[in-house]
Amino acid sequence: MKTKTGKIVAFVLAAIALLVLPILLQSTGSNSWVRIVDLALLYVLLALGLNIVVGYAGLLDLGYIAFFAVGAYIYALFDSSHLIDTFPAMKAMFPNGTHVSIWIVMVVAAVVAGLVGMILGAPTLKLRGDYLAIITLGFGEIVRIFLLNLDRPINITNGPRGISQIDAIDTFGVDFAQRLTVGNYTFEPVTMYYYLFMFFVVMAVILSYRLQDSRIGRAWMAIREDEIAAKAMGLNTRNLKLLAFGMGASFGGVSGVLFASFQRFVSPESFSLMESVMVVAMVVLGGIGHIPGVILGALLLAGLPEVLRHVAGPLSQMTDGRLAPEILRQLLIALAMVLVMLLRPKGLWPSPEHGKSLSK
Amino acid sequence: MDVLLQQIINGLVLGSMYALVALGYTMVYGIIGLINFAHGEVLMVGALTSWTLIGWMTEAWTGMPGWLILLTATLIAMVVCGGLNFMIEKLAYRRLRNSPRLAPLITAIGMSLLLQTIAMMIWEPRPHSYPSMLSTEPFHLGGAVISVTQVTILATTAITLALLMWLVNHTNLGRAMRATAENPRVAALMGIKPDMVISATFVIGAMLAAIAGVMWASNYGTVQFAMGFMPGLKSFVAAVMGGIGNLAGAVVGGILLGLIESLGAGYLGKLTGGVLGSQYSDIFAFVMLALVLTLRPSGLLGERVADRA
Repeated sequence: MKTKTGKIVAFVLAAIALLVLPILLQSTGSNSWVRIVDLALLYVLLALGLNIVVGYAGLLDLGYIAFFAVGAYIYALFDSSHLIDTFPAMKAMFPNGTHVSIWIVMVVAAVVAGLVGMILGAPTLKLRGDYLAIITLGFGEIVRIFLLNLDRPINITNGPRGISQIDAIDTFGVDFAQRLTVGNYTFEPVTMYYYLFMFFVVMAVILSYRLQDSRIGRAWMAIREDEIAAKAMGLNTRNLKLLAFGMGASFGGVSGVLFASFQRFVSPESFSLMESVMVVAMVVLGGIGHIPGVILGALLLAGLPEVLRHVAGPLSQMTDGRLAPEILRQLLIALAMVLVMLLRPKGLWPSPEHGKSLSK
Repeated sequence: MDVLLQQIINGLVLGSMYALVALGYTMVYGIIGLINFAHGEVLMVGALTSWTLIGWMTEAWTGMPGWLILLTATLIAMVVCGGLNFMIEKLAYRRLRNSPRLAPLITAIGMSLLLQTIAMMIWEPRPHSYPSMLSTEPFHLGGAVISVTQVTILATTAITLALLMWLVNHTNLGRAMRATAENPRVAALMGIKPDMVISATFVIGAMLAAIAGVMWASNYGTVQFAMGFMPGLKSFVAAVMGGIGNLAGAVVGGILLGLIESLGAGYLGKLTGGVLGSQYSDIFAFVMLALVLTLRPSGLLGERVADRA
């Protein structure tokens, strides 16, 4: 029913709101809210990537966080002093450190994560549903176990201690580690990261929509609805599934690079199974395969626990510390997964047309 | 040689625990085709319940022998877990029985997370040490050392398996279970109530998991909220390896996986010249799963094909 001008007005208003949001949050004097929004944006990016695999192609991937880890560790290795401190040969080659530009790392991470995604996807091509879920979960764990143990005999990942002192992004003359003063207004680093992440989210949204309406996207959805029929219609299901795995994984890799540069510290702890489950929960909660729904799901599950954290203080005291913020967060995710599936199996904001096989 | 014998015994003990949990997976999967992700959490609830009970009982009845306390705690834990799994099936899975497969799967993952969270609230997130209720004087066999707990685990598994086989093959309930697994609609026409059979399957599976949980806790000496997830996952792998839906397959798969893991942990370091140590033993299960599913999708003893959506 919306008119075209109405849509444009809404779009412009939303754009202005998103641009002003961090400035408003920053003006509260504390950066913690901007930080929360930044992290939420990273989750949106991850959820959009997983949505390609789960939502479009219908392949339930429970090891998605592995690709996030691959991206994060690639940036950590390229842009910290870890390799130089560990290997004298590296130090001889790069006496000033390897401060590789983020854009190069980004491309490398997207390609490597995409390849890893395809390699992990290849043996699972014949499988669907349950088996696929459990085998991808296994692969995710394998990647985490390697990150945890690759400090011996050659120290590549620094094991459970993780890699610290990672460079902040320094690009186009803007150093994200420093405050940026434009005229008489000062942008905090977290605010600059907000704009950077928002740029990537907008890109991801555009890419997702383009994919959805493309031949490839239609083919993925055909596979999701009925694989045998799709094959009978002449679709190359093997290559299409590999493409979905690869494409989703490269989204994960790019988010990982952003995460590492934002946190400036990576360790295997950030890439646990719980995180994979969380991203799946975001996609499912919002509405599998529906981009606005997925974004809503990601914002809700990333943001609500932080809001609850403020409620959790007194609640935690009332219950003798049994309802600590972390526990509350997990409880929320668990309840969301169970209740949404039982009460609204299509998610909170489901896709208006597709999704026969995802939910009746 | 001593190392080999020791690792084989450890592997058998580990494998028999996997086998008990795998039976629960395989029975549920055989009947309603659901990977009950929360099954490992039932093991955890069993272990933590028995921990609490043992704590109470050792305080209340000082004169009681350890094995009697352990047995009582196990039996009560079995009842608790049976009731819990009955409720889970009734509240969460039953409504979704006719929905597409992604919905119950995600519910099961959520349920697993929910049980862990509730366990964290009840028993605190930190690990507790599990008291040793049996004699700590070990047996010596060749060059290997076997604890009384390990012998008890092997014996209990053997007895439990015998009872289960009798139940499935020679009782009316067992016949109803097999019929429902074959075809629920036809079974219903023959006067079987599929809902009742499914509930019974969940309860029996949970009881086996509770036994495994007590064994796990006694063998490793600690209990905590997250202890069930990995054993649960690996037991599912064992069930798939043996051929999901096939009871004998679950036992074979469980014991095989236990042996592979334990021998791998013992020899991986030597074989690779110290490059890969025993910390990689968790990987075996998943590599095995990938191999079995690609090379022999119906599992070693084969029952169902893996190509189900």
